[in-house]
Amino acid sequence: MQLLDSFIFITLLKAAVVFGVLMTTLAYLQWVERKVIAHVQVRPGPYRVGPHGLLQPVADIIKLLTKEDLLPPYVNKPLYLLAPFLAISMALLSISVIPFGPTIQVGPVTTWMQLTDLNIGVLFILAVSSMSVYGIALAGWASNNKYALIGGLRSSAQMISYELPMSLAIAAPLLISNTLSLRQLVEAQSGGIFNWNILHGPFPQVISFIIFTIAAFAETNRVPFDLPEAENELVAGFHTEYSSMKFASFFMAEYANMITVSAMATLLFLGGWMAPWPAAWGSSLVPTAIFAIAGATALYHGANAARKRDKLTLPVFGIIFLIIAGVFLLPMVQSWLLPLFWFAGKTGAILFLFIWVRATLPRFRYDQLMGFTWKFLFPVAMLNLLVTAFLVAWTTK
Amino acid sequence: MSESGVPELVGAGVEEERSQSGGRRMVLNMGPQHPSTHGVLRLVLELDGETIVSCQPEIGYLHTGIEKEFEVKNYQQAVTLTDRVDYLAPLSMNLGYCLAVEKLLQLEIPPQAQWMRVMLTELTRLNSHLVWLGTHALDIGAMTVFLYCFREREEILKIFEQFSGQRMMTSYFRIGGLALEPPRGWHERVKTFIDAFPSRIDEYENLLTNNRIWIGRTKGVGVISLEDMLDLGVTGPMLRAAGLKMDARKDAPYSSYEKFDFEVPTRTENDVYARYLLRLEEMRQSLRIIRQAMDGMPPGPWKADAPHVVLPDREKMKTQMEALIFHFKIVTEGFRVPEGEVFQVIESPRGELGYYVVSDGTTMPYRVHMRTPSFGNLQAVPKMVEGVLIADVIASIGSMDFVLGDTDR
Repeated sequence: MQLLDSFIFITLLKAAVVFGVLMTTLAYLQWVERKVIAHVQVRPGPYRVGPHGLLQPVADIIKLLTKEDLLPPYVNKPLYLLAPFLAISMALLSISVIPFGPTIQVGPVTTWMQLTDLNIGVLFILAVSSMSVYGIALAGWASNNKYALIGGLRSSAQMISYELPMSLAIAAPLLISNTLSLRQLVEAQSGGIFNWNILHGPFPQVISFIIFTIAAFAETNRVPFDLPEAENELVAGFHTEYSSMKFASFFMAEYANMITVSAMATLLFLGGWMAPWPAAWGSSLVPTAIFAIAGATALYHGANAARKRDKLTLPVFGIIFLIIAGVFLLPMVQSWLLPLFWFAGKTGAILFLFIWVRATLPRFRYDQLMGFTWKFLFPVAMLNLLVTAFLVAWTTK
Repeated sequence: MSESGVPELVGAGVEEERSQSGGRRMVLNMGPQHPSTHGVLRLVLELDGETIVSCQPEIGYLHTGIEKEFEVKNYQQAVTLTDRVDYLAPLSMNLGYCLAVEKLLQLEIPPQAQWMRVMLTELTRLNSHLVWLGTHALDIGAMTVFLYCFREREEILKIFEQFSGQRMMTSYFRIGGLALEPPRGWHERVKTFIDAFPSRIDEYENLLTNNRIWIGRTKGVGVISLEDMLDLGVTGPMLRAAGLKMDARKDAPYSSYEKFDFEVPTRTENDVYARYLLRLEEMRQSLRIIRQAMDGMPPGPWKADAPHVVLPDREKMKTQMEALIFHFKIVTEGFRVPEGEVFQVIESPRGELGYYVVSDGTTMPYRVHMRTPSFGNLQAVPKMVEGVLIADVIASIGSMDFVLGDTDR
């Protein structure tokens, strides 16, 4: 009993759960990305390993683990080895202050669905994400490769420049909610979609949400700001000289950062785990309805299978979806499963945006990228912050 | 190995030196193995920061010795070599060579074969432009356009396969006509394709033409004056995007091009964006030509009536003594081409393609020289990229649409 109650045990357990969930999400985010882009580009995507390529991430991990781990002779060894470690640890560190939902009761223990409720969570994430620049800059420099160097330089300049509009965009909702704790930020947004910061008066934060999203694309080196790894100019950018798990670390760091910024956007602007309308109006039935429709669709297509192998796989998915739909109706799990659903749903929508944009847009040029942030994003973010601050001061008098 | 771990540049004549701003200049070796040099082009770039100070293209990594090999193949066999030169426009390569030799032989090609040649070379132009658009867009980061383009290209390759049995190295045009009788059902297949194609071009335009990032990356980039281009021997869409209406299909019509109604599009902006719009317009014009060729396809034979050059029909060979003799002679020895020399120009998708064929009266060419468009176009690289950013080098060389096989031969 004492063991179960002890702070260290619970924290370790939560860390393990969060780490496990995050890693699985990382791997499957990649699968989703490949699938979505494939369907945009009229091709099937991963299809061979497991039903609909569902085991592809596992295959990828095995492949990356067993690849030869090459250490080029001309690199700066300590920094070369430190860089991927720095990148991945910084990316994973920032997830520790992100709350996924309200309290959860497991047996006798009641705890927050969050690793640590830091009262300056927002600042912590900003600080850690600034640190992650080091991973990339060091990788580029230590590789002693010209393409990697240019990639690393581009990346550091880009991330530092885009941090400014990002911070300014974050500051505006903080002014409204008057807190730096991510948990209190979400709690201030409870009570329906019109209390979310993106629509909440005195001044709806649509502009800061857009600026935050754009800056997030740049922070995570995604298309259209993926210059550091612009394959067609710089071969592979800062990770040109990395192989095996060291390469995978950069890769995972990028996806972990994507998840973090999407979660941040959800928490700051989209009301975190709050439902868009009160449960009295049936918001608790939404997940059941979605999963039931998905299950029914899968069963229907399984019955009229276009491909032979779908005959078996789609009904299985359909039944799984229907079971999930049923689980959402159970009152004992609803209290924590519903917030988790809304949080995951909103984060997932933003992640989908990331993937969608990647399939659609070409890439900026370096000087255009810098001009865009300094001449456009930064002034707009500044103006937005000033107006918000003025309105907040005016209404709270 | 030099200090920096990059192999010493052999004969490149570029040395790292201090720039005016005080920092050291960096020499970047782009290629031969680089994702966007489209083959094995090597660019030795001297950089000041990310700005190009000088650029020196090096070619020859794909040298195949094809021009020399022409001299040990008989005239008909040599057709198969031409495919391998510009592997993205094999039928244009076939056509130029066949026209040159036919000029020496003074053969008259029946109208159906001529029309068929026009239709298939225009399909080749579409094929080549699609590969260009796809890879060019991919270089600038638009991944989806690439796959859309290859979806349409696949259909063209299937049409080629239906005609010749081969997807890429078709060798479908032979001296004296076509290699095989046009297959049954080609008309429907080509028609389905060209009916669907205009909407596909609109699809590419949707993704790119009004895209702010695309415009930002291509407008005003890769500009080189018309005089410089003419001095360096640049031809094709690059010249037309600079406002010079030069197209061998209009200026020196071959294979009945004078009977087709089409425009030669030109633009005046002379940048990467103009070249992109120009090539899209060329695709639309090619569609017009294909449609005319298909609808007005004259009936008649598909190979010339020249028993000493063209293989006889199987049926005739089995029943007529004369045909059998010709067959034996053509197969064992080839045909003799009268002494002389000839230069034939056609408009390949990349520009002006010239074949210079010298015959000494035997069954093999004495010399075949190709004036390939990629070689000429590539000369413009240094002039085009000096003083721009690395990212613009990619956009600029992408807009030239060269094929390294075509450059090195």
